[in-house]
Amino acid sequence: MSIALEHIDPNSVDLSHEEIKRYSRHLIMPEVGMKGQKKLKAASVLLIGTGGLGSPLAMYLAAAGVGRIGLVDYDVVDASNLQRQVVHGTSTVGKLKVESGKERILDILDIARPYDIIIDGTDNFPTRYLVNDVCVLLKKPNVYGSIFRFEGQASVFWAEHGPCYRCLFPEPPPPGLVPSCAEGGVFGVLPGTIGTIQATEAIKLIIGVGDSLIGRLMLYDALDMTFDTVKLKKNPNCLVCSPNPKITELIDYEQFCGMPMNDHQDEIGSGEGWDITVQELEQKIKTNSGVKNFRLIDVREEHEWEIAHIEGAQLIPLGTLAARMNELDSAQEIVLQCKSGARSGRALDLLRGAGFRKIKNLKGGIMAWANQIDPSLPVY
Amino acid sequence: MPTIRIPTPLRQFTGGNAEVPVSGDTVNAALSDLATRHPDLRKHLYSDTGELRAFVNVFLGQDDVRHLQGVNTVLKENDQLRIVP
Repeated sequence: MSIALEHIDPNSVDLSHEEIKRYSRHLIMPEVGMKGQKKLKAASVLLIGTGGLGSPLAMYLAAAGVGRIGLVDYDVVDASNLQRQVVHGTSTVGKLKVESGKERILDILDIARPYDIIIDGTDNFPTRYLVNDVCVLLKKPNVYGSIFRFEGQASVFWAEHGPCYRCLFPEPPPPGLVPSCAEGGVFGVLPGTIGTIQATEAIKLIIGVGDSLIGRLMLYDALDMTFDTVKLKKNPNCLVCSPNPKITELIDYEQFCGMPMNDHQDEIGSGEGWDITVQELEQKIKTNSGVKNFRLIDVREEHEWEIAHIEGAQLIPLGTLAARMNELDSAQEIVLQCKSGARSGRALDLLRGAGFRKIKNLKGGIMAWANQIDPSLPVY
Repeated sequence: MPTIRIPTPLRQFTGGNAEVPVSGDTVNAALSDLATRHPDLRKHLYSDTGELRAFVNVFLGQDDVRHLQGVNTVLKENDQLRIVP
């Protein structure tokens, strides 16, 4: 059964002759027609995140004739975004992704209130819970998508008609288990596929056609080229959307998830006293005439090692560290290193737990080393 | 043999395998067998008290096992379980 945003009034707007020509391939379909196209023009959609998912979303929703599109993002365009974030280009590297990027997250309820649909194109758990709670509190649909490597998910969470994100995920995974795209990578075309599915679902809700993804989670695997759907139900004890919710206002989402609201994980990792700077490591290597009298353990993956590595380092990927701990000597000094310091911080915690004490985490990882010590290494 | 579909973030603990055949005639037995075959997975699936972690959603076919008989849901020979994090 179709679910539509009933309050969107097609008679509140008119289509000009230019618009009728522009949207003619929509207008000749009975499922859209003049009424549907006018609803699109009268509708407003808020995109949270203007990265990989937000790019196709913004482009297709604008192309389809959605009248008002709001963009929220805190970030600036980085060269590593361009492999998938197709609204940005080489000429905009370093610029803010949106003008409203400076908007404080605390204002998000006020930002979201005037929009008909909220679309989650974010890349981290705290913001997903924030977007979900905003939508539940404002009784608005949340068109959800997420991507990792070759896999993607999409759904429509709308507590008025079905489950919310918290019904499916009452708790986030522990920090570090699910790497960010910055850490784990993402297949460039994948956000195009998932973002386009989200745009499809948003447009279906606006014009009121088809079966929405409400109550279903779509699982896409680009390598197998399979689309599967699983059924979702409302959790009768959901903290935010059950009849007796525990959460009735926005909370501290970074604290709730134990991780920051972005994909810049450079600052995560070891605590005070366990860090070593790239300058200190350089000095240590000079003093010892190489990586001698201590070990430099690179906990990244082999394919990252092939992009760049520090001379004298030894590769032990984080996932194998627990099993290979016997290769390390707790009496010897060990410097742990990854791309930017997050995974090596977890490696440090693992080794600390096993009784290692003469261990350090290279602050900023090989990226800091490439930027500050050895510019011959590429930054990725 | 039932199989368990492993999501990408957990494949680092299954030697990169996306699908793992397991033995066991209930969801609990199948997950337990998975954790025995791939010990590094155990702490990610189970809490210290042995409970399945709240972020681990297990689906049998299209259905969330929480809405069937939970971890006691009976499995047939060719059933496919899926972990959705």
